[in-house]
Amino acid sequence: MNLARRRRLGRKAAGAVLGVGLLIWTLLPVYNMLLMALDDDADEFTGSIWPPDPNFDSFRSVWTEDYWLLEHFWHQFANSIYLGLASMLLTVAIGSLASFALGRMRLRKGWIVTDFALLTYILPPAFLVIPFVHIMHRYGLSDSLWAVIAAMVTFATPYAILILHQYGKLIPMELDESAKIDGASPFQVYWRIYLPLMAPALVAVGIYALLLSWNEYIYQYLLLSSTSNMTVAVAINQFFDSDEAPWNYMMAIAIIYSLPPVAVYFALRRFMVAGLTLGGVKG
Amino acid sequence: MSSTQQALRFGQSEPVHRSRHKPWRFRPQGSDTAWAVAFVIPYVAVFATFVVYPALFGLWMGSNPSLYGTLFSDPRYVTTAINTLLFVVIGVNVKMFLAFLLSGYFMNRSWWVRSLLAIYLIPWALPALVVFTSIHFMLVTQWGLLDSLWRTVTGEDGPLFLTTAWIAMTANVVAYIWKWMPFWTLIFLGARMAIPQDIYEAAEIDGATGTRRLIYVTFPMLANVYLICTLLSTVWTLGDFPTVYFVSSGAPARLTDVLATYGFHEAFDFGYPNLGVAAMMSALPVLIPVVILLMRRVRATGVQL
Repeated sequence: MNLARRRRLGRKAAGAVLGVGLLIWTLLPVYNMLLMALDDDADEFTGSIWPPDPNFDSFRSVWTEDYWLLEHFWHQFANSIYLGLASMLLTVAIGSLASFALGRMRLRKGWIVTDFALLTYILPPAFLVIPFVHIMHRYGLSDSLWAVIAAMVTFATPYAILILHQYGKLIPMELDESAKIDGASPFQVYWRIYLPLMAPALVAVGIYALLLSWNEYIYQYLLLSSTSNMTVAVAINQFFDSDEAPWNYMMAIAIIYSLPPVAVYFALRRFMVAGLTLGGVKG
Repeated sequence: MSSTQQALRFGQSEPVHRSRHKPWRFRPQGSDTAWAVAFVIPYVAVFATFVVYPALFGLWMGSNPSLYGTLFSDPRYVTTAINTLLFVVIGVNVKMFLAFLLSGYFMNRSWWVRSLLAIYLIPWALPALVVFTSIHFMLVTQWGLLDSLWRTVTGEDGPLFLTTAWIAMTANVVAYIWKWMPFWTLIFLGARMAIPQDIYEAAEIDGATGTRRLIYVTFPMLANVYLICTLLSTVWTLGDFPTVYFVSSGAPARLTDVLATYGFHEAFDFGYPNLGVAAMMSALPVLIPVVILLMRRVRATGVQL
């Protein structure tokens, strides 16, 4: 009896220790961002574990754009949002149309499309980046946000098709059939029945595309070069290329840039998790 | 009330009603197919323009055999290949195993474990560029956060992490695990929750508890998901770019490059795009078997990605 109680207590203590360890492990790099952003000293590290004189000057400078590397910050922030939203809408549109045709209309040889989607999903985007950038220059899309949007849609749509295809199986086919009996065209079935019932999966897919384009770096870096077309991700990297390095400004930008995905994550976590574990294990 | 509304309301339309009218039998057969094709066309167009064409273009860029002679005689490439192998094998497996164990920890649904899970998942939500830059600054000089902590604890100056190749490579692997372990923990957590509770109850009656339950019940139930996740993660990590690019940036002296950063530098910094493509292509002998295995497993088991 006593042994069992002691063992239970021991397990609880181990759980608590692991919890605290995980907390520190997770938050240390996040804390480092704050430490650097709140630090006064622009280009020298202080070597302390607590900002000696914490202040929000760097955030104020970002807000008012009063440093040459920050000059277009809010414009670049708008570019990032534009990129994210355009990728999201196109991914949802293209992905839902394709998954509707594949899953609900029983397109012959549809499995070829699904397989290629799976293959594209598996392949890491970095493998295609060199020829992709070359081709974009050929298409005349160098330094254009649309080149990046094209890349993001390319890499987000396969996931959309796979998830929507899977989720669509939960919706009874009888709905489509009875709509057709009522004289609905395939597009009306798609628009009036498929899309509304797929809403949770569409949200999951939309968030995926949004976060993918927000978090992706290499395509944005290689395809956007002018300050007016740049996204924040590229702007952050400019600090590394300049002679003077006000790291507190850079970290302030980085923190501001991190806020939207974290907000999306906390607000819509249920949908994101649903998108990940949809259907679960069937094997 | 139309039958659509009925069906939406009741889930099913009346079978008698349905069997009497079959209007589409009299419609032209091809019309539905035409619609279906029209619906798939946008994706097929995207796929052809932005996947097939670049892939073929890449194959053409890397088709000259002499490129591979140049590549394999470059000592930096050999280092890069070894680094990539270590990065993938160690990074993926340690991450997966820890994620598997931690998913068991997060099965506890008490309020504080659930709050911890919400915080634990933050690295997954943060942009890779941002967190890896932060980790870079924790390591880069004597004044980074880790060295400061070291000095606070021991009173002595800490090590310079990015001046020794193996420490810098370890830093890359640890940063990679930090960023991606939460995501896979979540996947395993979902898979664990799908295991029916009565299996555990039956196992408990048979005396399998604690570690034995983990080895003989949970792991076999998750083995398939574990294998598929590991394969998928292996492929993704083979092409991982931001970790090494930001955390060690190849320091010291390009000794910690992986294939993606090596190809990037060759193509865009040194102006040898074909060599960069060839470097990427040199991963194909590893990549293709894994992809084939993965596709077959996914198709055979129907595991949701």
